[in-house]
Amino acid sequence: MNQRRAVFLLFLSIAFFFGISTAAQQNAPPAPPTEVKAFDNPNDAGGGITITWNKSADDGQGENDVLGYEILRSTTSGSGYQKVASVLAGEESYTDGENVEDKVPYYYVVRATDAEFFSDSAETLPAVAKPQWFNTNRISMLVAVLLFSGLVLLFISWAKGGRELYIRPIAGLAAVDEAIGRATEMGKPVLFIPGIMDMDNMQTLAGITILRRVAQKAAEYGAPLLVPTSRSLVMTTAQEAVKEAYLDAGRPDAYDPDRIRYLTDNQFGYAAGVDGIMVREKPAAIFYMGCFYAESLILAETGHSVGAIQIAGTAMPAQLPFFVTACDYTLIGEELFAGSAYLSREPRLLGSLKGQDFGKAIFMLIIVVGIILESFGIHFLDQWLATG
Amino acid sequence: MTTLGVWIAALLTLCILSFLYKDNPFYKFAEHLFVGVSAGYVVALTYHNTLIPNLFVPLLKQGDYILIIPLILGIMMLLRLFPKVGWISRWPLAFIVGVTAGFWLITYLQSNGLVQIRETLRPFNSLGNIVIAIGVLTGLTYFFFSKEHKGVFGKTAKVGIWFLMVTFGASFGYTVMARISLLIGRMHFLLSDWLGLIK
Repeated sequence: MNQRRAVFLLFLSIAFFFGISTAAQQNAPPAPPTEVKAFDNPNDAGGGITITWNKSADDGQGENDVLGYEILRSTTSGSGYQKVASVLAGEESYTDGENVEDKVPYYYVVRATDAEFFSDSAETLPAVAKPQWFNTNRISMLVAVLLFSGLVLLFISWAKGGRELYIRPIAGLAAVDEAIGRATEMGKPVLFIPGIMDMDNMQTLAGITILRRVAQKAAEYGAPLLVPTSRSLVMTTAQEAVKEAYLDAGRPDAYDPDRIRYLTDNQFGYAAGVDGIMVREKPAAIFYMGCFYAESLILAETGHSVGAIQIAGTAMPAQLPFFVTACDYTLIGEELFAGSAYLSREPRLLGSLKGQDFGKAIFMLIIVVGIILESFGIHFLDQWLATG
Repeated sequence: MTTLGVWIAALLTLCILSFLYKDNPFYKFAEHLFVGVSAGYVVALTYHNTLIPNLFVPLLKQGDYILIIPLILGIMMLLRLFPKVGWISRWPLAFIVGVTAGFWLITYLQSNGLVQIRETLRPFNSLGNIVIAIGVLTGLTYFFFSKEHKGVFGKTAKVGIWFLMVTFGASFGYTVMARISLLIGRMHFLLSDWLGLIK
């Protein structure tokens, strides 16, 4: 009996000892993060310091009770630390952009926390934030810009030197003269709509370039040209373009600035106004060249109903289907930008278009090579193209 | 909305919808009112939301004197109202056009160039990836302007335009559905808010 009691007591003692030991372990602070480093955040405009560390030995292993890390910062070594951020367990870096001043040394401590306790890492060496002149993440962008610009400049110099640069016929643009000629024969006006966006939109710029060519042709043929605009700045630019076109055509007397008028900035107010012009003036040719949104189908359907020959050009993917449906010719996306070069045959525009074409050929080559590399598990090109 | 407001909105809606029959004095009235009111509204909106917070307050109260440059450019633009010095307005226009072209060069090259290329670099391990690659390459062929669309090149470009048309078809259907919902919203306003026929 005594033997049994002794075994029972021994068992109790062992159980008690392991219980105490485990409890003591659970009540211990977590192991602190190690290898804590602070340094200027690379490739930024200053105001950022990156802190990296190795996880606590109790984060994901050991006691596995670390809940997260607090980032403490001070401008004085050893004192004055204040919390600037918290991150979850498992993280091993943080970029501090919270009121970080350039050229000021900052010290950091990373604190591992569990439900009850915490433990601090050693203090880092002082880190100073400063801006970088060159963002190394964007080298691929630099290469692309230099390549494109170089190609464009090369082809412009060739075009200026008198070299013949071939541009394939674009159906919608070849019909411009036909449309204006038709309007002239019918004694009806030509209506040009340069989209509803302002001069800071590339499509509007392309539209105005095409307007210049349309205006010159209209001036030569003697067809009245109407240009209702949705932006005051576009009206001003369009007036300049049309005036120059009439001068080039030798018909400055025929230029009437009142035909290039501002309606309203409001999208559907503009659509209502242009619809009114269409049904009252009954233009024989309508051009939609620029950036359009939901008003595209309203305009194109009304133009169709008055029997006008319609040529549209936009790079807005959602509106292209409506123009394709309701217009006689549609310039799709980049054809709008190519249109100005095709119509004017000006060396600078032709050279620019040629340069872009060769840029596209290089892009296609990169895609083919990249797909082959990716298929063999080589990700070099994909990583190089990441512009960060 | 007050009863008077509902009546005005409903009658103006009917005036605009009357254009479906043909151009008429009711449509003309609504059109001119719409254009005039919205143009005036934009003037007031620009003054209160752009000129005051972005120019007058920072320049006059916060001493942000760099804003004198856009102020001068704006005044130069207004000089076109005076024929003798109207040529000065070309300078701010040239500034806007130049800055726009330069600013968008990088943005377009990134979003329409590098990002698109990167998204196309997918291994040939699924039908979807193969279709994406063919679509992008044939589409780019269509937008190549230095070579006439003849022979193999022309056939490749034709495949590209087919991809574009299928995309347009899908986009057309999607957008038409959105427009139908706008029409339903307007009809609901007339039948519910105005006439009270549906609850």
